[in-house]
Amino acid sequence: MTRRQLYIGIASLIACGLIFVLPFLFIFITAAKTKQDAASLTFTLPQEWRLLQNFIEVIQTRNYMLLLAYFNSTIITVTAVSLLVLLGAMVGYILQRRPSGWNRIIYGSVLAGLMIPPAVVPTIWVLQSIGLFKSITGMILIQVAYGLAFTVLMFRSFIATIPRDLDEAAIIDGAKPLQIFFRVVLPLLKPVTVTIIVVQSIAIFNDFTNPLYYLPGRENVTVQLTLYNFQGQFQTQYNLLFMNILLVTIPPLIVFVFFNRQIVAGMTAGAVKG
Amino acid sequence: MATRKSPYPYWFVLPAAVIFTALFLVPTAASFWFSLTRWDLFTTQFIGLDNYRQFFREPFLIQGLINTIIYAVTTSVTKTILGLLLAVLLTSGIWAQGLLRTVIFFPVLVSTIGVGITFSVLMHPTRGLINVTLAAMGIHGPGWLTDPALALYSIVLVDLWKGIGLATVIYIAGLASISPDYIEAARIDGATRRQMFFRVTVPLVKPATITVVTLSLIGGLRSFDLIWAMTRGGPGFSSDVLASVIYKQYQAGFYGLSTAGNVILFVLIGAIILPITAWFNRKEVDL
Repeated sequence: MTRRQLYIGIASLIACGLIFVLPFLFIFITAAKTKQDAASLTFTLPQEWRLLQNFIEVIQTRNYMLLLAYFNSTIITVTAVSLLVLLGAMVGYILQRRPSGWNRIIYGSVLAGLMIPPAVVPTIWVLQSIGLFKSITGMILIQVAYGLAFTVLMFRSFIATIPRDLDEAAIIDGAKPLQIFFRVVLPLLKPVTVTIIVVQSIAIFNDFTNPLYYLPGRENVTVQLTLYNFQGQFQTQYNLLFMNILLVTIPPLIVFVFFNRQIVAGMTAGAVKG
Repeated sequence: MATRKSPYPYWFVLPAAVIFTALFLVPTAASFWFSLTRWDLFTTQFIGLDNYRQFFREPFLIQGLINTIIYAVTTSVTKTILGLLLAVLLTSGIWAQGLLRTVIFFPVLVSTIGVGITFSVLMHPTRGLINVTLAAMGIHGPGWLTDPALALYSIVLVDLWKGIGLATVIYIAGLASISPDYIEAARIDGATRRQMFFRVTVPLVKPATITVVTLSLIGGLRSFDLIWAMTRGGPGFSSDVLASVIYKQYQAGFYGLSTAGNVILFVLIGAIILPITAWFNRKEVDL
């Protein structure tokens, strides 16, 4: 490393700290302040550290709404991502292994799924007619429908790297289609599966728009909706509002620390000519 | 011997196809019909193109349409240019470049609503950190989110803050896939730093450019959360975009009009993205 590279590095780090780290510090210190202290909106250390008290207070707000929200968001995220992995892998597998006239229809649908904004009110109309509007089940199925396009594409390109000989060997051994898929192919998809789990979990956990439309009502509240609800209620209690933001930021941070590589791999797919 | 069944049965596709068709394709197809009606979810009354006429007659709805295009184009152009420059910087071997990549990327994963609320506090006209800092330097900071002429662009800045990390890592992956032979050849031919960037890097990183441009354009055209968290489309209608108009009309119970907004957004995305992808794919890399 040259001296020049060192200086540019230091300068970039300072600029980066000011631009990207400062807002997070602001969230943290505001979340630790008293109500009056936080109301000033200043970037100063708390006069009195109240991190734990604010944490307890925000959890207790509106009859433990935040706990319910974490519970709902977890159920939605875990179920939807499991379904996405299973169903997406099955589609990607057929798409890659059995070329036919159907493939054009499937590719067309995938492209549509990536591009077209969901038609919200007609979707509510469909959900209502099958009795799933305002239900966690409906929300899960919506997340699956919206996440499929990306998932199928990822699986398809990964399955292309798995030699067909493996399938053939299993077929000769007398394996049934389901056995080939679950015993031979699916275990080999682990790297791309981890990527999909991580990327989709974050997307679904952070999703605000879809719960706003399809999951109104207090008992079905999700984590992002609590932020939105508290934004009105906590207009004078910035310490609690920012404590809530802090709590919502922590799960992605933990995932990021452990799965940085997979996240970047998932999000940069397609950047390299393939 | 009877025809052997394929080991790749079509029914594997079925569960996904049912969910996708019922909850995505059917509503999308139905939106064309419902956009032509006055609709309260239970009864529909066919009114022809009235919803669309209303859309293009109401000044605040047209403003939403124009804002959508401004928002998408400005975020996309800035993310593409800054993303490439940052990626070049962060692959040039400077000190702490791994840490820098991590720091720039992290906001991508954070809740958009959380970011929106945080920045609307930081952008407070008198007490927000940004204007307090500017005032300390003797500059009178503007009303970032309270000035109707500025609000939309302030949100664009925050979108850039949150999204630049994604563009940067995409470009870093693209740069990593360029064969060192090209760089070596250009160096032997005596290319200057500037020529290297415009004649070698930019053309060869094209797949990444296509990804960044299309992703950020689609994202920008559909953008809703950040705008809703920061201004709710205000002041007035100055930062309204199609997605927030769709939500407002839905809240007000104008389901037909809201759905017409959806169809317009759909057509707009198609009209912008399809020609761009076609153009990108036709233009060959010339070295």
